Amino acid sequence: MTQMSKNGFPVERIREDFPILKQLIHGRPLVYLDSAATSQKPQSVIDAVVRYYREENANIHRGIHYLSERATADYEAARRHIARFINAPDPRETIFVRGTTEAINLVAHSYGRRFIHADDEIVISAMEHHSNIVPWQLLCEQTGAKLRVIPITDDGELIVDAYAKLLNSRTRLVSVVHVSNVLGTINPVKRLVEMAHSMHIPVLLDGAQAVPHVPVDVQDLDCDFYAFSGHKLFGPTGIGLLYGKTAWLDQMPPFQGGGDMISTVSFERTTYNSLPYKFEAGTPNIAGTIGLGAAVDYFQGVGVEAAARHEHDLLDYATEVLAAIPGVRLLGNAPEKTGCVSFLVDGVHAHDVGTILDQHGVAIRAGHHCAMPLMERYGLAATARASFAFYNTLDEINVLAEAIDEVKEVFS
Amino acid sequence: MSDLRELYQEVILDHNRSPRNFRSLETANRVSEGHNPLCGDEVKVFVELDGNVITDIAFQGHGCAISKASASMMTSGVKGKTTGEAEALFEEVHRMVAGDGDTQPNADLLGRLTALAGVREFPNRVKCATLAWHTMNGALKGQKEVVFNE
Repeated sequence: MTQMSKNGFPVERIREDFPILKQLIHGRPLVYLDSAATSQKPQSVIDAVVRYYREENANIHRGIHYLSERATADYEAARRHIARFINAPDPRETIFVRGTTEAINLVAHSYGRRFIHADDEIVISAMEHHSNIVPWQLLCEQTGAKLRVIPITDDGELIVDAYAKLLNSRTRLVSVVHVSNVLGTINPVKRLVEMAHSMHIPVLLDGAQAVPHVPVDVQDLDCDFYAFSGHKLFGPTGIGLLYGKTAWLDQMPPFQGGGDMISTVSFERTTYNSLPYKFEAGTPNIAGTIGLGAAVDYFQGVGVEAAARHEHDLLDYATEVLAAIPGVRLLGNAPEKTGCVSFLVDGVHAHDVGTILDQHGVAIRAGHHCAMPLMERYGLAATARASFAFYNTLDEINVLAEAIDEVKEVFS
Repeated sequence: MSDLRELYQEVILDHNRSPRNFRSLETANRVSEGHNPLCGDEVKVFVELDGNVITDIAFQGHGCAISKASASMMTSGVKGKTTGEAEALFEEVHRMVAGDGDTQPNADLLGRLTALAGVREFPNRVKCATLAWHTMNGALKGQKEVVFNE
């Protein structure tokens, strides 16, 4: 079966790079439509991690021996590479963390401790993942600050006028998602940043679902912080990145204390290391970082724009095919979308949909997607979500549709 | 697909479509709320207890077909039974769906609940089948809330 997308994207050749996609699940070819939960990894990423452990495993920034120098060089090369990928002006502004969750917690903790006090306000949106809600709630509990929520339309778009009204002299931070993990909405983040900046309010963008799908340029967005996870970007788990502007990072106290983040330590006084090391306490995930560097390499080889065009075709086709199935309802109809389709099958709980699809080899996510307030906004307990990456094919969407027919048959 | 037919038997689908005792119970003197934080399923179990006899039982909540059918069949299965009998029945159901224990499930004891046997082939659905039971157990023990994450 040779498949090209409408615009000639060589998806079958690309699929060869992902060994996991070759397997059968319950006797059927795997149809992996859960990349928003975690993406699959190309062989080059797997090889990079293995090569690090086989050939150069050593601790970094401290050894004077050959392996340590090599590991340090590769770790820092990965940082420069990933910094360029999001067009960060200076690699010192890119801090390695475990993932988006840790990145947001770092800002909540360090920026929060320095800049947020009782009766200050933090603005998030109604479509946030729990990782961009709970850290702020914890901060509010500790400081007496208040959380303000930008409402959304039924179609799943942020109500920008309402956002404008939320911003005021007590607002200390805006933290919003770039691309929704449930609705697929691409938020007008550049505009949101401009509006906040006009009132001197900094903005954090949660880019977990954005970086695998849309080109991200942090200088163009002009955001103050940008967070994403490596494992959703074809890299290993346990590694992610926080970009932050030096002007803020310099004013923020360290997040965790320990090795690597210090300059000198005595029992009387500790001075901290320079950026980015001030925020990277302890031995980092060296293999993960090198793996993420390889993932970015691979993704750029595929072409971020070409991948986005192919995914757009997948999304359009999936929307058309699912909307045509009687009894299937789509959630999230924003004009600017990427990455996923959330849907409901009349009279069938999403978990039952998930189990039946799995028997067809189709992997989707079913549940609240770690966005319970968003589910509540729509009066739902759960949805089924098919999410895409550039390695998915139009044919796989046909398999999804056939499997949904089976769901309806079982529950007829 | 045979596992699928085994899981979604007609009895299960029937209880999902028309759950029995799916209401609140004003005469209940034991009420517990069960919650599975992983999937968001919620169930509230109302028990009217006279001495150690379950004279009435009902449930409310939302969840998948397996959890709803299991809750429905549970209420039918334990009504009129003693708390000891209800607990023994839960143990048997748990053994059947989780596949623990070497012996075959006791079909005489389980009755129509044997329809849940197909769950055994779907380990990630065991929690769906047992949420209501854990919640009933909590109610019998006087717990108001059962956070369940098996």
